[in-house]
Parts: sequence; structure tokens; C-alpha cells
Amino acid sequence: MAKIHVSTTINGDAVEFLCEPEETLLDVLRDGLGLTGSKEGCSSGDCGACSVLLDGRLVCACLVMGAELGGCEVETIEAMAHGDVLHPLQSKFIEHAALQCGVCTPGILVAAKALLDKNPDPSETEVRYWLAGNLCRCTGYDKIVRAVLDAAADMRGS
Amino acid sequence: MAKDTDTGADTGYMGGDKELKWVGTRPPRPDGVDKVTGRAKFGADFYVPGMLIGKVLRSPHPHALIKSIDTSKAEALTGVKAVLTRDDFGDRSSEFVPAGEMMVNYRDIVRNVMAREKALYEGHAVAAVAATSNAIAKQALKLIEVDYEPLPHVIDAVEAMKPDAPLLHEDMITDGVEPAPTKPSNVAKRVEFTIGDVEAGFAAADVVIERAFDTSPVHQAYIEPHACVASVSEDGQAELWTTTQGHYVARAHCARLLDMDISKIRVTASEIGGGFGGKTVVYLEPLALGLSRKACQPVKMVMSRDEVFRASGPTSGAHMKIKVGATKDGKITAGQAELIYQAGAFQGSPVQPGAMCAFAPYDLENVKVVGWDVVTNRPKVAAYRAPGAPISEYAVECVIDELAKRLGIDPIDLRLANAAKEGTRAAYGPKFGPIGLVESLEQAKAHPHYQAPLGPNQGRGVASGFWFNIGGETCASLIVNEDGTAALTLGTPDIGGSRASLCMMAAEELGIEYDRVRPIIADTASLGYTFLTGGSRATFSSGLAVIEAARDVVRQLCERAAKIWEIPTDAVEWADGTAKPAGANAGDFEPMSLAAIAAIAGKTGGPVVGHAQINAQGAAPSFGTHLVDVEVDRETGRVTVLRYTVLQDAGKAIHPAYVEGQFQGGAVQGIGWALNEEYIYGPDGKLENAGFLDYRIPVASDVPMIDTVIVEVPNPRHPYGVRGVGETPIIPPMAAIANAIENALGIRFTELPMSPPRVLKAIDEMAAAE
Amino acid sequence: MNDMRYEAPDTIDGAVALLAGGRGEVRALAGGTDLLVQLRAEMIAPELVVDLKRIPELRSIAAEDGGFRVGAAVSGAELGEHPGVKALWPGVVEAVELIGSTQIQGRASLGGNLCNASPAADSVPAMIAARAVARVAGPAGTREVPVEEIAIGPGKTSLAKGEIVVSVLLPARPARSGDAYLRFIPRTEMDIAVVGAGVSLTLDESGVCSAARVALGAVAALAMLVPEAAAALVGTTLDEAALERLAAAASGACRPIDDKRGTKEYRIKVAGVLARRAALIAAERAGRS
Ligand SMILES: Cc1cc2nc3c(=O)[nH]c(=O)nc-3n(C[C@H](O)[C@H](O)[C@H](O)COP(=O)(O)OP(=O)(O)OC[C@H]3O[C@@H](n4cnc5c(N)ncnc54)[C@H](O)[C@@H]3O)c2cc1C
Ligand code: FES
Ligand code: FES
Repeated sequence: MAKIHVSTTINGDAVEFLCEPEETLLDVLRDGLGLTGSKEGCSSGDCGACSVLLDGRLVCACLVMGAELGGCEVETIEAMAHGDVLHPLQSKFIEHAALQCGVCTPGILVAAKALLDKNPDPSETEVRYWLAGNLCRCTGYDKIVRAVLDAAADMRGS
Repeated sequence: MAKDTDTGADTGYMGGDKELKWVGTRPPRPDGVDKVTGRAKFGADFYVPGMLIGKVLRSPHPHALIKSIDTSKAEALTGVKAVLTRDDFGDRSSEFVPAGEMMVNYRDIVRNVMAREKALYEGHAVAAVAATSNAIAKQALKLIEVDYEPLPHVIDAVEAMKPDAPLLHEDMITDGVEPAPTKPSNVAKRVEFTIGDVEAGFAAADVVIERAFDTSPVHQAYIEPHACVASVSEDGQAELWTTTQGHYVARAHCARLLDMDISKIRVTASEIGGGFGGKTVVYLEPLALGLSRKACQPVKMVMSRDEVFRASGPTSGAHMKIKVGATKDGKITAGQAELIYQAGAFQGSPVQPGAMCAFAPYDLENVKVVGWDVVTNRPKVAAYRAPGAPISEYAVECVIDELAKRLGIDPIDLRLANAAKEGTRAAYGPKFGPIGLVESLEQAKAHPHYQAPLGPNQGRGVASGFWFNIGGETCASLIVNEDGTAALTLGTPDIGGSRASLCMMAAEELGIEYDRVRPIIADTASLGYTFLTGGSRATFSSGLAVIEAARDVVRQLCERAAKIWEIPTDAVEWADGTAKPAGANAGDFEPMSLAAIAAIAGKTGGPVVGHAQINAQGAAPSFGTHLVDVEVDRETGRVTVLRYTVLQDAGKAIHPAYVEGQFQGGAVQGIGWALNEEYIYGPDGKLENAGFLDYRIPVASDVPMIDTVIVEVPNPRHPYGVRGVGETPIIPPMAAIANAIENALGIRFTELPMSPPRVLKAIDEMAAAE
Repeated sequence: MNDMRYEAPDTIDGAVALLAGGRGEVRALAGGTDLLVQLRAEMIAPELVVDLKRIPELRSIAAEDGGFRVGAAVSGAELGEHPGVKALWPGVVEAVELIGSTQIQGRASLGGNLCNASPAADSVPAMIAARAVARVAGPAGTREVPVEEIAIGPGKTSLAKGEIVVSVLLPARPARSGDAYLRFIPRTEMDIAVVGAGVSLTLDESGVCSAARVALGAVAALAMLVPEAAAALVGTTLDEAALERLAAAASGACRPIDDKRGTKEYRIKVAGVLARRAALIAAERAGRS
């Protein structure tokens, strides 16, 4: 059972790891690197709890092989706040009570940030469709959508 | 004000005129930053050095005798440290204990956790292994040889009731039937709730409507799968970290199943990624402890999503007959229901609460509800938000709507004319205290939503719902730190923000800033037994305990001030967060703040800590009314929810944002239940949609904003008037949507889910008939 | 335990050599949104996985003879951001963009959708309607294959061992042409098509349909071209009668199964409904007034 040696960049840091061929990026982050902010809700691409950015694209970490990561850049929820300054989306999620249990929250925040980086002024419908791959069973989505729209407005203002 | 003898404290309603600083506001939750940064540790986020990975072998058959299990090859595999089968669990006799709002039987739990004589559903655990890696554990499962003798299976409850149906339990004699049947069957129990004389009621009716309804089992579908880490040392001391709604209840079950002393098992509840009732039961915990006990190494177990669907939850599917009679002017004269709920492989469907709730929103003289609890070859049902009630109330609320149409009365007016209110005797026994159904209906009627114009192919529906709510055993501690901050120790896991509400009540009582109270959910060794988070009880019961603990602190603070001032304790009063002399006679002293007293607590008798250990009573029911607009695509059968409003009595919303969140989340779960969620079985008795791609819970683009109106009719048995709010919101959506579709199309659907193929078929049949 | 190997060659020849030389089951990897799910479910257990994403030809979009050559491993998100392809073949692009969520879009490719050979693959009916041609490279050289000939059954392709799809050519199209793809799913997102319908058509100056292709997905073992449905449109102005005939022909061509995603009768009925709706959108895109 040959382990694969991979050099990559995670949250701006150069990282090297060994992984089994069948391990996913999510396995590498959680089991290998202790980055447990990305959650596993299904490991089949259906829930979005494992959302991360891979070379700037929003992807499900459970559908990326660890072995593929050589030379790539990965960004996870752990990189969203800077020092003790939360990203506006993070603050708005707390302010709007846009989480109940919070297990979907890291994935939704990563996805919402990818949206606002691309489209600073999304409509409610655009937010809903962009986040359709992020399941939340607790909130009914209302406060999540409001928090994203409010964060977008704030970020445009500043 | 009534002294509450059950808690030993004066916890009656304080009245609405006291000015409140925190209660009713929307401060940030204490665990907010941990949750938005990924720092919060959920069930699968625990890693312990030397940890093994545990996996479960599951039955591929829906019903089979297990003739033998050979684990020798698996045990011989390098890296395998322990294997568990039925032989590792002693049998348990029949004994029912409460779990959430439902009862469970140890005889059945031990069999559900690990199949004994038979595998009773596809996915039933048959063996478990612990190994040094995931891959080795998976390989070991393949090496376990199980000799099954497949048996005929039965998936549908009505089929299961037939005399020639395959029998799941050879010794099951129907309970509650006189005389007791002599032959075993799949019918576990009959329940009945009756008041008055329904035959006389129907005779007095001008209109009688009788309808049959079917609902499909639906899963709680929490996003976080079941997960735990167990560590048992060589001397039998056990640590368990698990995602659960009740770690004390989990501890009790594990101790019983594994023959361990309760004191030997310390359970820490992780952050919990949703439960909705489904995490009130143990699945992995006894297996992880058992494996760890054998291996003397920590063992981590996490369910896959597939396992969650096949082997945990869901709630019952049901077959129901409802009959309602009324006079021309809209007075309901009788209500009758027959409810058949499927329980899954072991008895204990929520048919009893379903039967109790069916007609509870109405003030009726004649009611008869009969329920049947039926076992089938499916996973054992678990509680799901207001267990049982959404099913029976769906059926009744559809018939009420039809009645309104038949009588030409506005559906809200018909409900108002018959609504339960203070003093109404419910069919299941008690008399209601002050309740908010009428208020929710009146506010629904006055809401702009109810008057808004509708377009073509659109319809509007309304439905109401009722749930009891519960109290129960609860502890809390409140520690005053030397700098005047406070640590709040709680026993109810926080699923939806309850820590915020509980800190707000503590801050309110102590008169200190909210952010000076820091909460933790204690492990089972650090705080007394606390019943689980469920039954909408966390904010209510832990709230009562917190208030009592805070009042204990205040008493002690007054004592300390009295000591310092050298005056009698009853000459000191607590106001605005300070101890003050009670009136001019008491003496002339500068008021002392909590911080000032705390700073010198060492000199006045030691630390100040308040405790409460109560059996919370006085939980009050919550009623709600929902309004929904839908649009139907007549060519594809798709139903789109356009607008949704929830109006529900919260008694008092401590943190209104989290109350709204409960309303919204429940409504959207109900939308899923109404339109798309279902368990689909093949003829082979195997589940075909065990994943989120085909078990279709609503996604963000499926639903509109969910408007909320918090109605506040205070609960007289709580200082701030709190009622539980978490469960009622899932009750009205299915009927509200069915009623809206009827309003749009003129077609009454009596089967859930109202999925596109079903809707299109009915539209085409109607067109063909015309 | 698991001796699966992972390779990421950067040339087509390298990939072909690896895949052709593999001892047991070998698999190409594009976005992995099918492959990883199948691996996890233990539906497949390849000895070798060959990642195609480091091969430039498979990752680029280039103009060619008035059309576009789209690399087989280009992700849905990349394709959706390409203004040229979207302007020329909006129906194909909308079909690719319907695949999965935003996250799936970040990885899922047209080539993977085609080679996974699911009868419900969304991009395939749209590509068939668009007369798209796949370029296949293998040990025996390169060949050009109409996309409808790639899948030969659920999960099965006509590709020989060592063959990969390098790119798909979306051809040039005449003036006054338009295409559209619609699918039915029970939710608004995150479902596999119960029925899919792709229509591509050209109008003459007077608004009469001069050419059309209609393809359906999820209603038979393979996505299929329905010439009778196209014939119903040609020579008409897409009047009500023509649309009725189109719907009837589309429904009539269905050979569906009953499964967890829909019943036979439902699929048959909705195939007609979607073909008709897609035809109207395509005609509007072709400039129908
Ligand atoms: C949550 C989720 C939602 C989805 N929703 C949809 C949907 O709405 N509609 C839909 O159609 N599909 C859907 N899919 C399936 C999948 O995303 C698509 O089929 C996607 O286009 C596959 O592309 P890929 O690049 O990820 O393929 P991969 O997984 O990389 O490959 C798929 C198959 O094709 C082979 N292959 C890939 N590229 C080549 C090549 N160039 N040459 C030869 N063989 C090749 C692989 O060996 C493999 O067998 C969904 C999947 C998920 C997980
Ligand atoms: S865990 Fe990756 S999408 Fe669910
Ligand atoms: S907050 Fe619980 S799943 Fe979203």
C-alpha cells in the first residue's frame, strides 16, 4: 500500500502530506491535518458541508482526491477570519441568527464568500440558487439568505 | 401567585409589566464565533491519540434468521483489534423507559443495536469491528461470514396487519385489546382516547365527511451523521464523546446494555449538528464502548449518510381514516379517527401522541380516536419533531378544510368557531390553561398575506397545529467568579441556540451584562441528571433551573451583604444587580454590586455558587397557524411554494431570532414532508433512496422567505411566560399545502408526499373525467 | 489493502499509454464527481486512475471553423464563463450548467458527463441536438465520433481500452438558429433529470423552421435523437398544431422505466411537455418574433 507524497498550499501555508490513494481532500484536511472546520455530511457531493476553494473554485472536498492536490491552492473555513477580525459574512451570520446547529455553517460561509467575490450584488434568487448545493435542515434558509444579502450590502458600502 | 410545589421555588409568571433588560432582545449567541470559524467540535471532530476506527456490518436482507456468525477470519486480520456480535450483549427483558417523548424497551434496544435472533430490516447491525485504519476495518467486515436464512418481509403497515403477513416477532401479542388475542401478530398495541358519544355527535350533524389518508415515513435528515468516540480503560472506566440530544439518557442506555455502573461512564456531549428527535436514541455508542472495552483502546465510529438513512430514524408512515361531523352553522359535533402507524422493526411508533393530538386544537364534545402500533421490516422509528402529531393533525386539518368548503364558511372562521381555549377539556384528558390558538387564528386572518390576491393556478391554504411540550428532570449550576462574571453549567445539549436564551435569563435574574455569563454544557459527571433536549423542553426546563440557580445566587449574595453590613439577611434586597438595604430602617449603606461582593467572597464565607435540581412542571402547549400560497404547473405537476407565514404562540420569546428560526426551520421541514420526502422501497424490501440526491429535502432555491409572527400568550407556570416552540411548527405545513393545492386545482390530495407524478396523475384524471 | 494507483500525465499520449497499459480495471478521471461517488460506494475498484486535468488540450476552449472545440475536462463553471460558447450554443451551456450544484460545477466536465454514460446525463441531449462531435484518442490513433455514439448503454461506452475523449466540437451554425435544453426534476436543484429535452433549430427569413434536431434524455436506456419530433417542426412556424405533433412524437419515442425518480407514464407525458417548451425557447433564441 504505497502512500502518495503531495506538496500543496493550504490557507496560504506550504503543506506536505502523505495520503492513501483513496483518501479525499476532506479526509486529508480532517484526519490528516486537523482542519475539522470542513464537515462531512454525505461524502457524495450532495450536502455541501465540505465546501472549500480549490484554486479559487468552489468545490466539495469530498469529491477531490488527496492525490490530485500537488501544486494546488486550497482555502478552507479556517482561513476566513483574519486574526481576530471576522469576515463580514461571519459577523452577519451571528447577527442574523443564520445558524441553529451550525454544522452546515462553515460550508455555507465558504460558498457564500465565493459568491460575493464573484458577484458583490446578488439578488435573493441568485443567492438561493448559488447555495442550492448547501443543505441546511435547521433554518429553512430564510435567515441565511438574509445574512448573505446584508453582508453583501455592507461590503459594497465599505 | 401560585407557589410551584414541584420545583420548590416561586417560578410562577412574574407578569408582563416588569421591565426586562435581556429577555426579548437578540444578542449574539455565546457559541457564535466558534460556529462561524469552524472551531466548534461536532461528533466526528474528536480525535484521540491511539484511536481505532470502528465499523458496522449490516444486514443486506430485510428479514432473515441469523443462523451463525463466523468472525474468525476478521479477527485474524492484522490491524483488527476487536470484533463484536450479538454474543457480546446480554439479553434484556421487556422494560419500557422514556426517551424523548417516546418510550423505548430495553429488550428492543439491545436487539436494534445488534441483531440477535433475526435481522429485521435492511441495514440492521449484525457485527462491528475496530481496526487501526478505515481500510482495514472495511476489509475486516468483508471477512465476517454470516449465515442468513432469508424470510419473507413486509414493508407496509396495512399489509403487516393481515393474518397471513410475515411475522417479525413470534411472541408479539397485541396489547390493549380485550380479550387478549391468542395468536401473535405484527400489531403491538391498540390505544384509544374517547370523550362523549361520537355516534350521537354524528347523528346531530348536518354534514359528515369521511376520508382516508396515507403518509410516507420521512427522515429527520440532520446534516451531521451519528458519530462518537469511546475510550474504556483496563479498569473499566469509560469516556464517551458523542453527538446526542441527551447525554444522560445515552449514558443510562449504554450502562444498561453493557452491564456497567453509571458512575463508570462519563459522557460528554459534542456540539450537535441537528437531531430533531433522531438523536435521542443510541446506535453507535454501545458498539463503540463495547469495542473499546475489548480493545482497551479508544474507538471512533461515524455513520455514513447511507447508514443514517438505512439504520436510524425515520418517523412513521401511516394509514388513517378521519370522520368529522358538523352542523350547518359550523359547529363540529363529532370527530373520529383510526390511525395505523408503522413502527419499524420494533414496537413504539408515536401513535399514542398522534392519537392524543389529532383533535386537540378543537373544543369538541364527542371524540373517538383509535390507534394501532404496527411493526414492519424497516428501521425502528425514532422521534421526529412533535412525534406522531404532524401525521394525525395533517389528516384532520385536511378534513376541517373540506368541511369549511362544504359549509361555505371561511376556513379560519370555522376553526375559530370550534377552537380550543382556556378551559377546554382535551380528548386526551386535561383541561387547557391559557393557550394561544384563537390569537394565532385571529392574527392569521388579519395578516396581509390572507388578503393578498392570487394568480391563475395559485391557491392558498391554512392549517393549525398543537403540541404538548414537556418538562422533566433538569439541573443547572451558576458559578460567580471572583471578578463578577459568571459561569453557567447546563445539562441540555444546545441544538438551536438555547445557550443564548439561558444566559439571557441568568443575566436578567442577576442584573449583570449578558456577555459576562459564559455557558458550558457539562459532562455527565459534572452536573446532575438532566433529561434530554427534546419535547421543546431545553429553554423551558433548563430555563426554570437557571432561574432557580440564579435566585439561589441572589439569596447568597444578599446574605453576604448582610454579613458585611452586619444587618439581618431579610433587611437586604436585590435590585438592579446590586444588594441594597431594604428600606431606611435597614441602615444606610452604599449598594454593593455583584462584582463587589464576589471580590471579597473569600472573606464572607467562600465562593458563591447557585444550584438548581428540579423536575420541571408546568410546560404549556403551543398552538400555531400557518398560511401558504402555492402555484401548480398543470403540465408537470410541480408545486411551488410562493409565500409562507407562520403564526405561533411562544408564550414569551426569550431570544426572538431563535424562536423565528424554529418556526422557519419547522415550516421548511414540513414543506419537504408535504411535497417530496419519502422512503422508497423496492419489491426486495431494500431502501432505494438512501442519500440526499434522491431523499429530497428542500434546498435553498425551493422555498421562499418564511414570514413569522410570534404570538405571546404567557405560560402562567414560567416566570417569563415561556412555552416550548420547537415542535409545533412542523405540524401544520402538510395540511396547509394540501389545502392550498385543493384551492388551486379543486383536487383533494390524501396521500403524502404530493410529488409531481402524483399531482400530474390527478390533474390528468380530472381532465379525463370532465 | 488498496493498491489503487494515481497518475497525472500531462500529454494525451501519456494518458493513453497509461490507460492502455493498465493491468486490471483502469479509469480516466476528469472532475471526479461521478468517479469519486462510485469509488466510495465501491461500485468500482480500479487498479489505476489517470487524471486528465493536467493535459492542456483537455482543459482549453478554442474557436474552430466558426464553432468551438471544448476540452473534455473543462469544468462547467469554466464553460459557463466563456462568452463565445454561451452566445453560440446557449442550450448546450445551460445543460452543462444544470449539472449539480455550484460546487459540482467547479469540477464536473462535459467529457465526464458523456463518458459516465448515464441515460439522464444533462449535457448529452443538448449536445446531440447540437450535432456535437467527440474527438477520441487511443492506442490506434484519433477518431471523430458523433456524441450519440459514445454511450451504448447505462454506464457503458463504445470507447476501447486506452481511449479517451479529448474534446467535443460544437460546430458552427447557420444564421437564425437557436437551441435550448430543459429538464424536469422534483426540486429546483440537486436532482437527477426525470426527463430531459434538447432542441436545436434554424428558421428561414419568414420564420419557418428549416431544420431541427430534438433529443431526449432519461426516457430510455440511452439519450436519443428523435427525428419524428424534429420532422414535426420543419416546415412550420411552430404553430400550435406543430407543437402538438412535436409533443406527441417526443412522448411516442419514449421507452422509459419506472424507478425511484419517476413513473413511465409521467416520463412519457412530461417528455412531450418539455420538448415543446424547449422548442419555443430555441425559436425565440433563433429570433422568432
Ligand atoms: C451532487 C451531484 C449532482 C449531480 N447532478 C447532476 C446533474 O444534475 N446532471 C447530470 O447530468 N449529472 C449530475 N451529476 C453527475 C456528474 O456530476 C456529471 O455526470 C459530471 O458531468 C461528470 O463529470 P466529471 O468530470 O466529474 O466526471 P468524472 O467523475 O471524472 O468521470 C465520469 C466517468 O467518465 C470517465 N471519463 C471522464 N472523462 C473522460 C474522458 N475525457 N475520456 C474518457 N472517459 C472519461 C471516467 O472514467 C468516469 O467513468 C451529479 C453528481 C453529483 C455528485
Ligand atoms: S460531505 Fe461533501 S458534499 Fe456532503
Ligand atoms: S444550522 Fe443546522 S443544518 Fe444548518
